[in-house]
Amino acid sequence: MTAATFVYALLFYAAVAVFAGGLAHRIFVYARVPAPLKIPTTPAPTTQGGVALRLLREVVLFESLFKSNLWTWACGWLFHAGLALVLMRHLRYFVEPVWGWVAFLQPFGVYGGFAMAAGLAGLWVRRFAVARVRFISTPSDHLMLALLLAIAVSGLTMKFVAHTDVVAVKAFFLGLMVADWQPLPADAVLYLHLALVALLMLIFPFSKLLHAPGVFFSPTRNQADDPRETRHLSAWAARLEPRD
Amino acid sequence: MAADIKAPPFRTFADAPQPLLPGAMAASKPYVANDKMQQAIGFPGALADDWQPKALARMGELLGKYRSLKVYMDSCVHCGACADKCHYFIGTQDPLNMPVARQDLMRSVYRRHFTVAGKLFPKLVGARELTRDVLDQWYTYYNQCSECRRCSVFCPYGIDTAEITMAAKEIMDSVGYGQKYSNEIIGKVHRIGNNLGLPGPALADTLAGLEEDVKEETGADVRFPLDEKGAEVLLVTPSADFFAEPHVDSLIGYAKVFHAAGIRWTLSSRASEAGNFGLFIGSYEQLQKIALRIREAALELGVKRIVVGECGHAWRVAYSMWNTLAGIGAGGSDSFAKALQSQLDARYKQPMHICELTWDLIERGALTLDKEANDHRVVTFHDSCNVARASRMGDAPGGQFEIPRAIIRAVANKYVEMRPGTTREATFCCGGGGGLLTDELLDLRVKGALPRMEALSEVANRDGVNFMATICAICKAQFTKVLPYYGFKMGMVGGVHQLVSTAIRLGAKE
Repeated sequence: MTAATFVYALLFYAAVAVFAGGLAHRIFVYARVPAPLKIPTTPAPTTQGGVALRLLREVVLFESLFKSNLWTWACGWLFHAGLALVLMRHLRYFVEPVWGWVAFLQPFGVYGGFAMAAGLAGLWVRRFAVARVRFISTPSDHLMLALLLAIAVSGLTMKFVAHTDVVAVKAFFLGLMVADWQPLPADAVLYLHLALVALLMLIFPFSKLLHAPGVFFSPTRNQADDPRETRHLSAWAARLEPRD
Repeated sequence: MAADIKAPPFRTFADAPQPLLPGAMAASKPYVANDKMQQAIGFPGALADDWQPKALARMGELLGKYRSLKVYMDSCVHCGACADKCHYFIGTQDPLNMPVARQDLMRSVYRRHFTVAGKLFPKLVGARELTRDVLDQWYTYYNQCSECRRCSVFCPYGIDTAEITMAAKEIMDSVGYGQKYSNEIIGKVHRIGNNLGLPGPALADTLAGLEEDVKEETGADVRFPLDEKGAEVLLVTPSADFFAEPHVDSLIGYAKVFHAAGIRWTLSSRASEAGNFGLFIGSYEQLQKIALRIREAALELGVKRIVVGECGHAWRVAYSMWNTLAGIGAGGSDSFAKALQSQLDARYKQPMHICELTWDLIERGALTLDKEANDHRVVTFHDSCNVARASRMGDAPGGQFEIPRAIIRAVANKYVEMRPGTTREATFCCGGGGGLLTDELLDLRVKGALPRMEALSEVANRDGVNFMATICAICKAQFTKVLPYYGFKMGMVGGVHQLVSTAIRLGAKE
């Protein structure tokens, strides 16, 4: 076994642990902190089913962003939709035999890679070209885009410029999952790609990437508009009620 | 009009990016509450030496009590969707009035003191210590947010700057750095019963005077009852309705509606105020304490229904929060809620907006309306932010837009809509909401009204609109003051029930 295999195996165990543990902790915190008052942004659905649909539209179509700004919406949606396709395409490295729908998605996943890179580039241009967005951008906003773009570009490089031994990569990841370590191909672009992905997973629970779980816990989006019909009372608010 | 305050020019293209003017509004801030006003409502009188640890402790407490605050501190990605949506940014071009920048004034402190990334790499993620300069910046710019929620409509995560502004105000109050206008008014509500400080006997006199005026005008004995036990309806309305212009014309409108429909109603001297400034300062305790007055008045007078007059934030609190705060509503199974709900008539929505009541009567043909009486008016409707984005009327989402418009169309022949993107859920705040309706902020208020004034001027020029109807006491007061700066007459703004009052015919239905 090479040193690289050893380092990357440990790196991915750590990344998965931090990613899953950190995210689970955040979700636990979001779920535990109460929302004492009804604050849906109205007009809002009046039923829980309607709320589920509203969240679905928000997550799949970016409905609110669409209302706001077509360019940001187009770039943002292109990036996220591309990323979703790419992630699904990558499932083939983790399951054997490959599921039928994953096999079916393979060619579209490649387009997804380009869409992802194009969307990210557009979002990054906005950070320089639009004065308002330039004003609010922090160094970490730029670095996050750089990181994601580098992941996309290194991935596309392996597909179109310098092929890597994908069969060995798959063996490596399948092996990781059952603690039966297989050698990782010695390939600089692959090393870079994997290191960046691990870095992304490591910072996910501590960064603005928390918008992913956050949107589901946003009271302005996830509350039903039924305050006259249902009494909404959190535990700490109930304790403030006058006793007769 | 103040000579040194000028309205900004109308924009040629409303969608074109505006240049940023950093620091343009850095000097705009409201008067700080004095120690008496602060202590009267349970806050420290002034900033003490240990304000910083106390402020951070309070912030930590709020992060554990409000999911909105916690999630919104983490979730922003600085995409800029909200950046050009705030009327104060549009009117001032100060980049710290972009909703995301306003949020970041607190988010930077959150990162520094409450997150791993901000503790390890403050520069990288834009984290800052909570210093006195930062606190002063909070005071300046959180008092340039009217909590209108327009930004929350456009945010892909629904981040509502109002929630963050309210938290900032609560933190500042808790260390003795409160805002005079709001806190003084909250003191008055507790001491006297309403925001304007009108004591019971003066209120009784005012109402008697109104009865005489209406008798003279219409010949009908329209009553304005106060503290009448056994009335069916308790009307809770903003105290500006009792004597401010044009507010009082809507109060006369409500009274005529009750009279024509034969509904026995009453006002309460204990709860002679629908407004609840506890919302503006983000204090749950004050929100509840003020809301409980309504509950007590309803129990004392034995009414069957609670109806709320034309007031935007009051309707938000009444519709969305009264059930939580005071058990006014339905669905409560606890003894506190049941005690009131067994008295109120469950066949009606509790609480009900005066527009819901009037529209229901119009639909049932219970009112005689002479639309031609409003023919001297070409009417448009300004959606008030809290009604539009934080409440509902009727059974279907969007009823808060349709019902007031339906009433206007039923009482007036000439009605025109303002440009899409400036009405309904995307309506612009009048520029005076959220506890900013105070003279020392007039420059901000004039500038904040810019996008509404642009839309109004379009329909005034094109369709001859000469009356902008609205259902909010703050909108009415703000526009009355601000319209002249844009070359409009102050009498151009009025209530929906002012139009009803003009059209309604009293006496037996023909």
